[in-house]
Amino acid sequence: MNSADLNVILPEVFLAVFAMLGLLFAVYTSKDKMGPTLVWATATIFVVLAGWIGWMGEGTRVAFNGMFIEDSFARFAKVAILLSAAAVLIMSEGYMKARGLLRFEYPMLIALAAVGMMMMVSAGDLMALYMGLELQSLSLYVVAALRRDSIKSTEAGLKYFVLGALSSGLLLYGASLVYGYAGTTLFSGIITTAQSGETSVGLLFGIVFLIAGLAFKVSAVPFHMWTPDVYEGSPTPVTAFFATAPKVAAMALFARLLHDAFGQAVGDWSQIVALLSVLSMFLGAIAAIGQTNIKRLMAFSSIAHMGYALMGLAAGTAFGVQAMLVYMAIYVTMNVGTFAFILMMSKDGAPVVEISSLNMYSRTNPGRALAMLVLLFSLAGVPPMLGFFGKLYVLRAAYEAGLAWLAIAGVIASVIGAFYYLRIVFYMYFGEEQSEPLDSGGGGTVLPVFLMASAIIMVVGIANMFGVEVAAQAAAGALVN
Amino acid sequence: MSVFAFYLFAVSVITGGLFTVISRNPVHSVLWLILAFLSSAGLFVLLGAEFVAMLLIIVYVGAVAVLFLFVVMMLDVDFAELKAEMAKYMPLALLIGLIILMQFVMAFGAWESSAAAEGLRAQVTDPTRFNTEALGLILYDDYFLLFQLAGLILLVAMIGAIVLTLRHRVDVKRQDVIAQMMRDPAKAMELKDVKPGQGL
Repeated sequence: MNSADLNVILPEVFLAVFAMLGLLFAVYTSKDKMGPTLVWATATIFVVLAGWIGWMGEGTRVAFNGMFIEDSFARFAKVAILLSAAAVLIMSEGYMKARGLLRFEYPMLIALAAVGMMMMVSAGDLMALYMGLELQSLSLYVVAALRRDSIKSTEAGLKYFVLGALSSGLLLYGASLVYGYAGTTLFSGIITTAQSGETSVGLLFGIVFLIAGLAFKVSAVPFHMWTPDVYEGSPTPVTAFFATAPKVAAMALFARLLHDAFGQAVGDWSQIVALLSVLSMFLGAIAAIGQTNIKRLMAFSSIAHMGYALMGLAAGTAFGVQAMLVYMAIYVTMNVGTFAFILMMSKDGAPVVEISSLNMYSRTNPGRALAMLVLLFSLAGVPPMLGFFGKLYVLRAAYEAGLAWLAIAGVIASVIGAFYYLRIVFYMYFGEEQSEPLDSGGGGTVLPVFLMASAIIMVVGIANMFGVEVAAQAAAGALVN
Repeated sequence: MSVFAFYLFAVSVITGGLFTVISRNPVHSVLWLILAFLSSAGLFVLLGAEFVAMLLIIVYVGAVAVLFLFVVMMLDVDFAELKAEMAKYMPLALLIGLIILMQFVMAFGAWESSAAAEGLRAQVTDPTRFNTEALGLILYDDYFLLFQLAGLILLVAMIGAIVLTLRHRVDVKRQDVIAQMMRDPAKAMELKDVKPGQGL
């Protein structure tokens, strides 16, 4: 350990120190009255760090004997994580404040979760992976149960915690098997042992357990059971957070582990990931049809979207990783906008989550209804919205890797899934007349801005995707050689 | 002798673990768990890791298990009902467990370490060095990053416990030390001249 090592993890150190100072400052001054200030300060720090990491330049730097890897893949994921976390934090301020949930610990826990996520995407060692994952998960368990007077929120936190602990157990067991086989926990060491020919049974068991543990975190079927309940029970801004930054981090970690540590055994893990992918796409599409609560619907929607992202990973190629990163970037942007809309759904100031309450929303609020229409089309993958190109990317990656059956399954699932997105559009534009419509205004200035910006990106972005493609290509190139 | 000790401890770890799960009384479960901890501490001693063994006894038996006991005794959970609920899924659980067990037997039967594993494995610590010293050297040097991250995780756990349980009650009178110290005898008591038959 020397100063060069510390130099590499400077952004993480900076964020961790900020979180601790913020906590101390709030405790010794005005406590929860500091909440809004800290939310804005944390969001600003996130954006500044994202800029810093984004302009850091090319190259790969390794620190702490290979435990921490800072390459363009990590940088891409970190920028996506920090920007989406900042967006969700800013969106949550008004909602949380109005409901008395804006404790000063909330932004600090999000900041610590961000430190964990940054560690995850940069992990170069099974132990570093686990530490980052736990730091992130533990912060998320707490924010899920933030509304502690509500049984549902407490249940969400507890359920998330217990199942998260179980998945950590699986992950650790897999890590111990891999260590038993390879004699090291460093990714760079594991890949050298797996070089020759057939994958050994021990290593294969380790990979299976590690994938199962990570599939819990990205909520891929059949490890998805916690997702709808946790999404429903948590306060809506927290749900928005769950659906964005942690998903990017977990998918990036997934890609890093599979390519950096098990890059020689693509044929072995590719079929497992493909199975997770096809199950997630179909369950997400079919189970969402019966939902009446929009937060539960978004939970199943995120399961389905994770299925598509995993499809890119299942391809096992550099193009597959690039497709996955592009898909995640688009997915996060869409979700930020969609949750901005959900946060604005209220009747007489009280939040509403019933989908049927959106009947004829276009009449009271045509602008927002149109933005939501664009986002829903994009989520469903209807051309020419950006979401369609995300799907096209992963489908192409799967097809080019010889997984044509997976690509066809993806198209079928996408058609099924389009039903429930379009049903919301139907309610908004052709639903029955309602005696008590939702509030037409509200949401302050922040939420409509995020909704509109996200919708505009979905349309304008098709021109060049704002350079995300190029960045993702460089990132994938750094991960897969 | 050490082989005998190994099998003794190994059998008692497995027995302890098994009875932790199947005993009817939750307090007994915790006691069985303590037996499992103690026996695994014995296994660590056999491996030459005395420090970890003592840590296991002090931290897990001394603190964690006792805390468990308190929680189990104070929680108002109907364990009989929970057990009945579990019995419904027992056949399926047994079937899945059996399949996984068989897979593991097959995996460990065909187990082989990588040829390169021996070279990659971390150096065994110098036998002249004490356990504690060797651990300290690794922890604060090679694993510095992980050690700091573990610290952050504990910080989050602390924040979480406070966020989820601390409630500021306004109807409770709290002690204000400074106000007490600054009390002035002259202001603490007020003399009133009460006129007879009038009151205050």
